[in-house]
Amino acid sequence: MTDACVNTLLAQATGGDRSALARLLSLIESNPQVEAHVRVALATTESKAVVLGITGPPGAGKSTLISATLPYAVQAYQRTAVLAVDPSSPFTGGALLGDRVRMQGHGLGQNVFIRSMASRGESGGLARTTATAIQLLDACDWPLIILETLGIGQVELDVMDLATAVVVVLNPGWGDTFQANKAGLTEAGDIFVINKADKDGVQRTRVDLQDSLSLLKTAIPIEIVETIAAEKHGIEEFWHAVERYLAAASKHGMLTEIQLKRRRRLLFRLMQRDLESQLSAFTRSTVGEQYMGAVLAGTMSIEQFKAHFFATIMPSSK
Amino acid sequence: MDNSQKRILMAKTGLDGHWRGPTIVARALRDAGFEVIMIGMANTNDIVSAAVDEDVDLVGLNIGGHIDVAIRAIQQVQATRPGLPIFAGGTIPPHAAKELEALGVEVYPPGSQLADIVDAAERLTGTK
Repeated sequence: MTDACVNTLLAQATGGDRSALARLLSLIESNPQVEAHVRVALATTESKAVVLGITGPPGAGKSTLISATLPYAVQAYQRTAVLAVDPSSPFTGGALLGDRVRMQGHGLGQNVFIRSMASRGESGGLARTTATAIQLLDACDWPLIILETLGIGQVELDVMDLATAVVVVLNPGWGDTFQANKAGLTEAGDIFVINKADKDGVQRTRVDLQDSLSLLKTAIPIEIVETIAAEKHGIEEFWHAVERYLAAASKHGMLTEIQLKRRRRLLFRLMQRDLESQLSAFTRSTVGEQYMGAVLAGTMSIEQFKAHFFATIMPSSK
Repeated sequence: MDNSQKRILMAKTGLDGHWRGPTIVARALRDAGFEVIMIGMANTNDIVSAAVDEDVDLVGLNIGGHIDVAIRAIQQVQATRPGLPIFAGGTIPPHAAKELEALGVEVYPPGSQLADIVDAAERLTGTK
């Protein structure tokens, strides 16, 4: 894949060609050089899209909620893209991407672009290349991008780095006061949805959540919405909560702040990723292996090792 | 080449039933390292837009009777993404299998071995 080919695809994709966009998304996932090239090419493109993150435990109804919300999203934004992440097997690398099963038959035609993404070994609830995929969708003029994480537990919160607003989807009977007060999920959400609200325990879950959330200091009050997504109940209320949040965020001048926070975390993540791969290459080199052996034998300090490492990857700044 | 870089779309046309087959096939393909995008019961439009948006390397159709519906979907996919390989399984009578094969679709009727289906997927996506 030459740079010229990538540039052609990029021009086609940003010009509205869906196939080119789809092809580029695959290339970004499988080819780090293409990903880097796309990043550089889009570095100065203004980001305009609203990214709505949807997260929560497996089976909470994230895909079903998105599916039911699509008509409202399309009415408000005209065009809506969905990026749905599901886990890859750590054993075979294969993946069963099933989010789309719940999103069929929306009848919204070309106004909706749905893309499934395998996590490919990443552990934060998204894939390594999700950030770039969002940047590309944004550049291709998808004004609303709904980002569905894989089913998460308590610590996989990468979605916070990328989303303008994070929706946490839970079910009645989820945990108890202690779960609600643990660090993690309840700190990540801007809006909470109690889905499958026809099941027992809605009130208890709502009270526990409210108690826990009341101790957080947020500029915008956090809403809790009840839905039965499979029957399309409560979806309009949910969508209104999203719109109220986005309007309030914009009024408080938070959208710029969110943008900056996203870029900052992205910068750190990409630098970390690069440094890690440099370190792993260094430890496989002849000289690096010697140094590592010395550290393991106790004849070299980690500080000295670090100095050698940085001198190797940045000879000029020595 | 590694199967995990390859994406397969799995859809059902016709009868909304007999789910066991496509579910087991999807699982076998996953275990072989493919990324399998399940869309379940789908109409022609759903299948075509999924084949484009998901940039898949192969389409697997589970056909539950109503061969005309399946043929319409296949022709639309072929018109939109020329050259994209398609294979099919499900309750396909022999005369219908011939019609499908005439369109370039490989047919794996009930009783086919999972290993043969995985082999076909590797051959059709060019990993083998």
